[in-house]
Amino acid sequence: MSGFLRVAWVVMKKDLTVEVRSLEILSTTMFFAVTVVLMFSFGLVVDGRPLNDVAAAILWVSIAFSGTLALGRTFERERHNDTLRALLLAPADRPALYVGKLAGILLLMGLVELVLVPLIGLLFNAPVIAQAVPLALLVILGTLGFAAVGTLFAAMLVRARSRDVLLPIMLYPMTVPVMIAGVRGTAALFQPIPEPAVAQFWLSLLAAFDVVFVIMALWTFEPVMTD
Amino acid sequence: MSFERLRVIDVARHYGRRKALSQISFTCEPGEIVGLLGPNGAGKSTLLNILATVLSPSVGRVQYGDHTGTDAGASVRAQIGMLGHDLFLYPELTARENLTFFAHLYGLKEVAETVNAALDSANLIARADDYVSGFSRGMRQRVALERALLHGPRLILLDEPFTGLDQASTAALVARLRERQRAGCMIVLATHDLDVVDGVLTRALFLINGKQSADSGSGGSLRDRYQAAVAGA
Repeated sequence: MSGFLRVAWVVMKKDLTVEVRSLEILSTTMFFAVTVVLMFSFGLVVDGRPLNDVAAAILWVSIAFSGTLALGRTFERERHNDTLRALLLAPADRPALYVGKLAGILLLMGLVELVLVPLIGLLFNAPVIAQAVPLALLVILGTLGFAAVGTLFAAMLVRARSRDVLLPIMLYPMTVPVMIAGVRGTAALFQPIPEPAVAQFWLSLLAAFDVVFVIMALWTFEPVMTD
Repeated sequence: MSFERLRVIDVARHYGRRKALSQISFTCEPGEIVGLLGPNGAGKSTLLNILATVLSPSVGRVQYGDHTGTDAGASVRAQIGMLGHDLFLYPELTARENLTFFAHLYGLKEVAETVNAALDSANLIARADDYVSGFSRGMRQRVALERALLHGPRLILLDEPFTGLDQASTAALVARLRERQRAGCMIVLATHDLDVVDGVLTRALFLINGKQSADSGSGGSLRDRYQAAVAGA
């Protein structure tokens, strides 16, 4: 295994080991995401029929909010015993540290989404099984775009006093394109007559955003973390 | 890449308009223990972070042999071991898991043997598979020190290493530092425990309000020299 991948792997494995021991992030994000979906389902589903496109919007709102919670908590752990400094002191490629943290967050968000998507299907009568493959691709690419920017910002803000306030303020405007692409693509799949071509367009756009966001984050991680 | 000398040349660090450090210069040779002494907020931790390459100086430079932290990057970091005030350990992991994680991160070969040797040095073989969160401050400090020394660094940086240690743990830490000193390591430590380090330090650097204050060098105890430096600042 190359040095870069080895470092990314050990960082991700460490994050997951810590999470398995505490279940702190998974339980809070899962509880939060499920609560959001439940609350909206009570307000926006009338006689078993949801308002137009509302299921897609709620899915992505839940992903964004619970993802922000996960990002904040993941880096709060590194701040607590100043272990982020220990990571930065290692003679490892610093972008590999970023990739390791990103992979850990993606896995955690993925686990939450495994519950969230079927729940949306159930409560909003959305065709999540019929559209499983394109929907999975949309969710994976959207989550990657969101987490790529979020991991960078959360790492950057780890020493800031008002990091909990600043993270969403910085993250949401930056990830609006990802969220819009995710919502529109998902809405196209959830139509009574699904529109795969429209979903495909938003999927391509998400892939393009992901490439840009991941490259930008890899490029800026080291200078941002040094000072 | 190994380096034979640490040179700090006119280093200053500013946070906006606030000057955390001004015109700091000193060298550290192999086998030397240099003490950074000063009151809280004097800039000791800032200087250690600059030496550790996690912070860049606003002015001046740090030379690790012929290289700077910026131009050599990871190869300089591979020769630095740092024990921070916050110990840099994951409380949810066991002592063995913490050391194994950092051994992998540093790309060490024969990880299991290296980790066992480190646990032995820390006198923690019997508690190796216990979570660090259940350790006393002294035990955590021992794990943290071994974590910092795991990769055999040339330059060892210690931030308040004696805080919260009892006499036995302090003596063990001093013995370990002396052993590293004999091995030719360069050691820079920031501390308030003047009585503990008196006789341990090769040289003392007094930092007052971010500025280097002259050591009277007039004999006497380290505490007397420190008080003279504070009074003269």
